Amino acid sequence: MIEVFNLLIEGFAVALQWQNLLLVVAGCVAGLFIGAMPGLGSVNGVAILLPLTFLVPPTGAIIFLGALYYGAMYGGAISSIMLGIPGASTAVATTFDGRPMALKGDADRALVAAASASFVGGTISVVLFTLFAPPLADVALKFGPPEEFTLMILAFATFVGLGSDDIPKTLFSIMIGLAMSTVGLDIVSGQPRLIFFDLPGFYHGINFLVLAIGIYGIGEMLWVIEQSKGKMVISKAEVSVRRILDTIKQLKGSIRQMLMGSFLGYFVGILPAAGATPGSLMAYGVAKTMDREPETFGRGNIKGVVAPEAANNAASTGSMLPMLTLGIPGSPTTAILLGGMVIWGLEPGPRLFVDHKDFVWGLIASLYAANLFALLINIAFIPAFIAVLRMPFTILAPVIYVLCVVGGYAPTKDMHDVWLMLIFGVVGYLMRKLDYPLAPAVLAIVLGPLAEASMRQSLIMNQGGFDIFVTRPISGTILVIAIVLLVWPMIKAMNKRRTAKA
Amino acid sequence: MKKVIGMGALALGAAFAFGVGSFVQSTDAAAAWKPRKPVEFVIMAGKGGGADRLARFIQGIIEKHKFSPKPFIPNNKGGGSGAEALRYLKDNAGNPHIILATLNSLYTTPLRNPGIGVDISKFTPIARLAEDTFQLWVTTDSGIKSVKDYIAAVKKAGAAGWKMGGTGKGQEDSLVTALLEKKFGLKMTYVPFKGGGTVAKQLIGKHINSTVNNPSEQAGFWDAKKSIPLASFTPKGKLKGKWGSIPTFEELGHGTDMVYYMQRSVIAPPGIPKDAQDFYVSVFDKVYKSKEWQSYLTKKGLVPGWLTGNELTAYFVKEREVHRKLLKDLGEIK
Amino acid sequence: MRLAELIMAVVMACFSAYLMWKSAELPVGWIKGSGPGGGAFPFWLGAGMLLCCAWIIVRWARRLSPPSQSTEAYMDRRSLQLFLIGAGSLTVMIGLIHILGVYVSVPLYLIFYLRWIGHHAWPLTGGVGLLTPVVTFFFFEIGLKIELPKGLAGKHFLNELIYYPLYDIFL
Repeated sequence: MIEVFNLLIEGFAVALQWQNLLLVVAGCVAGLFIGAMPGLGSVNGVAILLPLTFLVPPTGAIIFLGALYYGAMYGGAISSIMLGIPGASTAVATTFDGRPMALKGDADRALVAAASASFVGGTISVVLFTLFAPPLADVALKFGPPEEFTLMILAFATFVGLGSDDIPKTLFSIMIGLAMSTVGLDIVSGQPRLIFFDLPGFYHGINFLVLAIGIYGIGEMLWVIEQSKGKMVISKAEVSVRRILDTIKQLKGSIRQMLMGSFLGYFVGILPAAGATPGSLMAYGVAKTMDREPETFGRGNIKGVVAPEAANNAASTGSMLPMLTLGIPGSPTTAILLGGMVIWGLEPGPRLFVDHKDFVWGLIASLYAANLFALLINIAFIPAFIAVLRMPFTILAPVIYVLCVVGGYAPTKDMHDVWLMLIFGVVGYLMRKLDYPLAPAVLAIVLGPLAEASMRQSLIMNQGGFDIFVTRPISGTILVIAIVLLVWPMIKAMNKRRTAKA
Repeated sequence: MKKVIGMGALALGAAFAFGVGSFVQSTDAAAAWKPRKPVEFVIMAGKGGGADRLARFIQGIIEKHKFSPKPFIPNNKGGGSGAEALRYLKDNAGNPHIILATLNSLYTTPLRNPGIGVDISKFTPIARLAEDTFQLWVTTDSGIKSVKDYIAAVKKAGAAGWKMGGTGKGQEDSLVTALLEKKFGLKMTYVPFKGGGTVAKQLIGKHINSTVNNPSEQAGFWDAKKSIPLASFTPKGKLKGKWGSIPTFEELGHGTDMVYYMQRSVIAPPGIPKDAQDFYVSVFDKVYKSKEWQSYLTKKGLVPGWLTGNELTAYFVKEREVHRKLLKDLGEIK
Repeated sequence: MRLAELIMAVVMACFSAYLMWKSAELPVGWIKGSGPGGGAFPFWLGAGMLLCCAWIIVRWARRLSPPSQSTEAYMDRRSLQLFLIGAGSLTVMIGLIHILGVYVSVPLYLIFYLRWIGHHAWPLTGGVGLLTPVVTFFFFEIGLKIELPKGLAGKHFLNELIYYPLYDIFL
């Protein structure tokens, strides 16, 4: 333990050299803007700026990219809260309460809450990383297909309460999301699947972002324009130092959600293939289920911003762990980072912690630094973001449409996706007017591919028998927790009814 | 909109650019062909896989040594096992600003999906940079130390008890597995995963019993003594260094037919101008000769093999026939 | 509102059926010893969606869901007008990208929207219309090196005229 501590201090000595500190700040700012763009997230940022890192030594390079990663995670919350468009799948859960808060005129509070929660999540996860990296790597290895599948069941169980009261419409939404996630390629047989009208654009499947930007960007704008009857609307949005300090004080009330989100996010983030998205969704679901007033969620409850934001930042640190210790990326972003490390001549894997101590601990120390700077930079920019919200809607709406179109195009560079996004936006808007809940579809399209692949891999491994999910200790345990989570809201509801009667 | 605030100053720069733009272009026109805009470096696989990492590594070398006046920008079009990428190249015939990093799905994907209407012999060949190799891997804990032990263990476990992990069906790993099954009369359960890295991790986590990973995917675990290679699917003496110490099937007395490579080549759309082709060939010639590339080959167990022009096309056509036969034997195509 | 709910449910039911038919291109049954076939997931999801649609129609007939009780119009004249302008102008803009490219169709769209829908003054309209493509160009093409579509206009003359010289200067 003392050895670890010394190594960390050495790491700080590396991270706090002025060149490296400069890289941290540059990375955070770049990440913040890339993350705040709908459609662009940490993956794009890291992939695009990777070649820049050949100009600096490897340690500096990974520090820069790590800071960018953190900055983009913070930035993702900004477009979720301000525009209601999740910039990346990791920020979906943040829209559920962040957007209603912004509509109520509390955008600044939501942004402060998100930034602070991200900071707590990031800090806790970095501490956990420092203390328990190697043993946790073994846990990550124990997760095979059956465990991944039951984890997906758990994720579904945690947000079962997100739908509306109209059961068939909620179910329909989940199923259409899952069905869309199967477009593209059947990985088990290697055959193309559901290539509608033989359009080559369907080969790469339906990207989560296309659906999310369509529904939350275009659909939401159409909705707001209709609600306002085309009048010139200016959002209420205030900001002052006092309000910010006030919000930070208020956050004491949601410390439990922050801690829960951080730990949950970190542990889910460690698991290869899972990454930050299920982590943040589960944190939101748990926060809602365990709350005394679950019905306040989705209407601008600050706890609903805090829990997923703590979780997605914690998970992004968590997903570094399998990358560094096993050479297995936990998310697309870490996959690119991994590629970068190979270019710099570092070999990620079990030997990295032994052969390149200075690199590993320099990285961890700079993650601490990046976390702090991302918080400060983010808070400093809040007034600028609020100023944008105050613009008349007839300027904001077309500019947001343009951002949606460009953001929908950028990840795949395919106009096919832009058209698809427009269709989703329009159809989503028409469905929303008829009380179809749309969030379940967005969540389903994120989790669907992983759920299907892991289930079928497990069944192949077990010659088609379902018992594999129950007999393996870890997957069995997760399954039990999932069932408890599913039943829990019902028990609570029944109790409430009973007390109401008495 | 928020960017407006931060980047307002750049607007001035742009206004300036519009002004000087018109006479800068004339100076370049006289020289040999050079890319006028960023080159789209398409990868026929998803982000983070072996092919993707390799392409980004190459991009890094080009960037570092400034081999090209305009940057090469990777763009993943992995949909439909690369069908999307091949179709994209075909639809962009004559466009000199697109190149494609290929792997063996260059053969298998058009064979399995004749519907995409792609004939790989029509593409403009640029260069073959290497051939990646395959080894048969098991965990150290399994106690298996040789191919002989392996065959005995698989036979004892039976088809249901022995799980071979690999990438999607019809792709390289499944073809190598089929070679193995046919040669030794084995039966295994083949579990497909998304990419080679995941396959490697599943082996170390003991969720599967063996793999046919590329060297780069297992190198870290081999160094950490978690996994061992039993044999290499290469001809005798092709691999050097520590990878050369792995016996080949030929050396173990199983004949010369247990050989399978993954080609790593770059191609361009059909019908691009000759001088554009020459430009790319010269860029990749510099990449191939770079210190970084050569040391990567030795370290990651790839076989060097520069090939370009008509020879490369002839090689593609020959390999396509080899794959046609392999896929037929597997029952994947008729 | 009542009619709209029925129409939506029927349209979605048709889509579900189409999905099932399309999924059946791959085996949808259980493959012994290995689990469901490649088309099974979308096929049975399609079946489930179809059932949900039927359920929605039953609830509609029994007037159980809020829209089926509502007597309001699904879209009144004003809403329809706003919807058509919003979605229509966006469609035209995206269509124009294929022809004129992002950097021409985006300013046209912004000018149209700000001037004729927002009734903003010309200086503001022009400022936003010109600044947005410039900022977009530098953020995407130069900063992030993501090429945005230039359309047919780009291919035939704008590339040489504007974009290539800009690349020469900034890349």
